Amino acid sequence: MSNRPSIARRTLATPLILSLLLIAFALVAVAAGSKPFNQTMIDIFLRVTLVVGLYVFVGNSGVISFGHIGFTCLGAYAAAWLTMPPMMKQTLLPGLPEWLIAVQLPYWAAAVLAALWAALWAAVFGKILMRLSGIAASIATFAMLAMINTVYSNWENVTGATSSVVGIPIVRTIWPYLIVAIVAVFIAWGHAISRAGLKLRAARDEPTAASASGIDLPRERLIAFVVSGGVMGLGGALFSHSIGVVTPDTFYLGLTFTTLSMLVVGGMGSLSGAVIGVLVLSTLIQVLRWLEAGVSIGTSTLALPNGVQEIALGIVMIVILAFRPSGLMGNTELNWRRAKTADPGASGQPE
Amino acid sequence: MTAILQTVFDALSLGSLYALGALGIALIFGVMRLVNFAHGDVIAFSIFALLWPSTDVVAAVVAGNLPWFLLIPFVLAMGAGLSVLAEIVVFRRFRNASPATMMIASFALGFVIRYFLLMLFSSRPKSISLLPALSQPVEVLGARIPLLQLITILTTIAILFGLTAFLKRSRFGLEMRAAAENFTMARVLGVRANRVIMGAFALSGALAAAIALILGSQTGTADIQMGTNVMLMAFIATVIGGLGSLPGAVIAGFLLGAASVAMQVSLSIDARPFRDAFVYGAVILVLIFRPQGLLAGRGTKERV
Repeated sequence: MSNRPSIARRTLATPLILSLLLIAFALVAVAAGSKPFNQTMIDIFLRVTLVVGLYVFVGNSGVISFGHIGFTCLGAYAAAWLTMPPMMKQTLLPGLPEWLIAVQLPYWAAAVLAALWAALWAAVFGKILMRLSGIAASIATFAMLAMINTVYSNWENVTGATSSVVGIPIVRTIWPYLIVAIVAVFIAWGHAISRAGLKLRAARDEPTAASASGIDLPRERLIAFVVSGGVMGLGGALFSHSIGVVTPDTFYLGLTFTTLSMLVVGGMGSLSGAVIGVLVLSTLIQVLRWLEAGVSIGTSTLALPNGVQEIALGIVMIVILAFRPSGLMGNTELNWRRAKTADPGASGQPE
Repeated sequence: MTAILQTVFDALSLGSLYALGALGIALIFGVMRLVNFAHGDVIAFSIFALLWPSTDVVAAVVAGNLPWFLLIPFVLAMGAGLSVLAEIVVFRRFRNASPATMMIASFALGFVIRYFLLMLFSSRPKSISLLPALSQPVEVLGARIPLLQLITILTTIAILFGLTAFLKRSRFGLEMRAAAENFTMARVLGVRANRVIMGAFALSGALAAAIALILGSQTGTADIQMGTNVMLMAFIATVIGGLGSLPGAVIAGFLLGAASVAMQVSLSIDARPFRDAFVYGAVILVLIFRPQGLLAGRGTKERV
């Protein structure tokens, strides 16, 4: 055993390949140089961050969570509170404490604090929820999301209720988003090969054997929940800087299902799957959007009617899942050598 | 006294909606472990089937002008038909997939249905007048309640009794209950899987259509989002009730309705906007103490 390379060295290829893939996407955006395309890339990197954050919990524990977008909401509002000009906070959100109204941080510092804030709440909720498993846990996380949404939609003088909170500084370059996406990938990788991550995956695959070997499942789940909550919060903070406006409904069912779908289509049990799922579905959405806007062929413009984009997306998802029920990547990770499974213990080769 | 009675009727009629929804989700979950997120969109589809495709605000009602004894079966048939179609075209391919995959597939299907409706009807809610005779108030024991509320409650009770009789007395119901208990074993003993699953989908679709009728006549609007809220509450009710347990789903549906109305009445004005947060908090509490649900189905216990 001792002369085998360490698990970090054996699996390091995965986050590196994924980062290169993301950098390649960013370079394409720079080469294209158009503003709307830039925004599209930013959206893709944000989704990568969110879906990778979701993977940290869902992928490693095997428990579907509908609640993680709640942490994105917490992160986004925290970033808004920390970066808006004090004057605007005074008028828009008078219920905030004095010191919070007075501070105005640069966006990166605010993003780090927002991630910690989301992780803190993940710890609070996780302490209660991680005792559950299976579908009961999924519903409980959904109830958590709905609670967060209800509170943020109604707490008039702290969150502005359902009206949009404006005045958040907008960051337009793609680099911070790229860096955060890569950081998220490395956090997910670091967690997956850590003691806690390995124990959690063992418990996902063989719950009885794992508990017989002394794995404290609620504890390992809680660790994953907090880490993924933090990543979701970080994504939320950057999300608010990408559009400059936050409303509670941005972070509700729509985003929850988008991110979950990308994760499942990519392959729930694999970090590469999380990233590939985002890249494949986002590319598809973009192509469909172009078609909807109209493509000129010769003299005539060919445009799809409204709604076709979503219908096509839904159909493609169903088809992908029908042919590959465990997602595009299944349980495998990208590696330098093809056909090498990521989990040391897992057998079976990708087709 | 009248105020209390009014509250009770509110709770019962809201609970009826949730119970019908929960039943529709539990029926399908029972036979194929599918959490059907397309249920809410089947609800919306059933009501839009009455309208002629157009993007105007006032809907061009076509089938909606039918007399009630034709209209109701028509809507129920639409819901059941769409649901069976979904089974044949989509879910049949997912029989052996993991629950997560099936769930996302059902969500994708719901997405397709919703945007199909959006393409034909636009996203604006439309005003329709469906069974207008039902909005008159009636007096029951001194409380004035809308006739519709009374009918909702009575219909739900009738449906529940009818369904129970169907499941307990008919051969088909027996097969369905056997399949819900232990699907593999039921097949070995000669239960035809496709027929049972299609039956469950048809019943579930018809239940969705019943909800659509009630919601449509209650609000007087048709909205492509109208099913979402009921579907989510119904989904929660099925889990609280114990997945796979039909009586559990119904009881939990009524409980959720009662909890929502009770909190609406009892919370102070300041706290009232946060009502749903309290309801969801209660849901988490119930799950912590009874993770298997109030009435756990016998087949759902985790085996070691």
